Amino acid sequence: MNSIQTNEENKTSLFRFVVALADDSVILSHRLSEWCSNGPYLEEDIALANIALDYIGRARMFYQYAAEVEGENRSEDDLAYLRTEREFTNLIIHELPIGDFAFTMVRQFFLDVFYHLYLQELVKSKDQTVAAIAQKAIKETRYHLKRSEPWIRQLAEGTTESRDRILLAIDELKEVVGELFDMPSWEIELVEAGIAVDRQSLKPAWDKHVQAFLSASDIDFEDTRLQITGGREGIHSEHLGHLLSDMQYLQKTYPGMKW
Amino acid sequence: MVSEMINTELVIPTLNPIFAQRNSFRAMSDYPELWELLDSVYDPELPGLTLWDLGVLQDIQVDEQQVLVIITPTYSGCPAVDMMSQDVITALNAANYDDVRVKVTLAPAWCTDMISPAGKQQLANLHIAPPNKDDDPDCPVCHSKNTQLLSQFGSTACKALYTCQDCLETFDYFKTL
Repeated sequence: MNSIQTNEENKTSLFRFVVALADDSVILSHRLSEWCSNGPYLEEDIALANIALDYIGRARMFYQYAAEVEGENRSEDDLAYLRTEREFTNLIIHELPIGDFAFTMVRQFFLDVFYHLYLQELVKSKDQTVAAIAQKAIKETRYHLKRSEPWIRQLAEGTTESRDRILLAIDELKEVVGELFDMPSWEIELVEAGIAVDRQSLKPAWDKHVQAFLSASDIDFEDTRLQITGGREGIHSEHLGHLLSDMQYLQKTYPGMKW
Repeated sequence: MVSEMINTELVIPTLNPIFAQRNSFRAMSDYPELWELLDSVYDPELPGLTLWDLGVLQDIQVDEQQVLVIITPTYSGCPAVDMMSQDVITALNAANYDDVRVKVTLAPAWCTDMISPAGKQQLANLHIAPPNKDDDPDCPVCHSKNTQLLSQFGSTACKALYTCQDCLETFDYFKTL
């Protein structure tokens, strides 16, 4: 289906690239699903569960393609449920615990702005499957952004309590947003082949959008020099192992279990 | 003769280019009988709305004995896709097509313009406001324009929740995508 040459080296890079995008999506989806039955009110509960569903859909499309690229008879389920913590290469921002509602919404806002910029470029990928997945995902991300922005506005300009929580969440999250723009070596290779996106090039637009949006609520957003990184190398926060023990429990207890 | 077929109660905007293209694609198919058979397969959560009406059914191909049905999901996480695939296979098996395969494609990405006019009418009949590009939806019960967004998500990924400020009914709106 795709027009790229499939020499071995290229294939390994493509697999690492695609499976990492799947990991980002499945881990964030799992976190969002933790709000199910715990949302602040019913409609919000449903909304978060639906966004989790969009991300699990995205994860499935990427895992299916990763499995196909790898060509070693592993299924999407094998990749999601049978790999260890060190084999997961999601970026750390996706795995942090849900925190309070402000933390969850600030994370969504930061990620929605990022994915909005990222997917706009990924739809131009020379790999047709990657481009098709991006085309599907970007429509959903546009909608997510329409939801996360008003929430940030409302909480930032609400009560002292809600504003404090937003400010605290921004402080915590700005140490992990930098990783969104890092380029692992195999991704640089794929940018040259016209398949992946140069994440670094998206940083100015992301900064500009986030700063402008937050300054309208009188919040200064500055980059912090300290950045926690390591996700793409499989080096995670202490939280991912716990998440996986929950997410992978069923497949590991009953191998091959199907619905 | 034509005027008898027009439903005057609720006017749904007529053919958009994307649906028109789908319609002519279907009309040119070598297997009209298969398309008609699949007009009996409905979305599991939208009674009376066929996969064709919803825009999920994209193509039907026949290779020797095998029938290949191509569908596209509305939203990427749509959990109904597996059931739709199974329903397609069951319907064709019942008509003695034994070798049936369903393929899920992502491109072209589904959009609400793929929904047929009949599908939009059926949504309205179910009191689900059909997609509306320009504006907030009208109330599907009392047709008031005075409606308000309650939540961007509703009972499924493809819907949002609105409240009518006149008749106070809370209703689903099929989001424009």
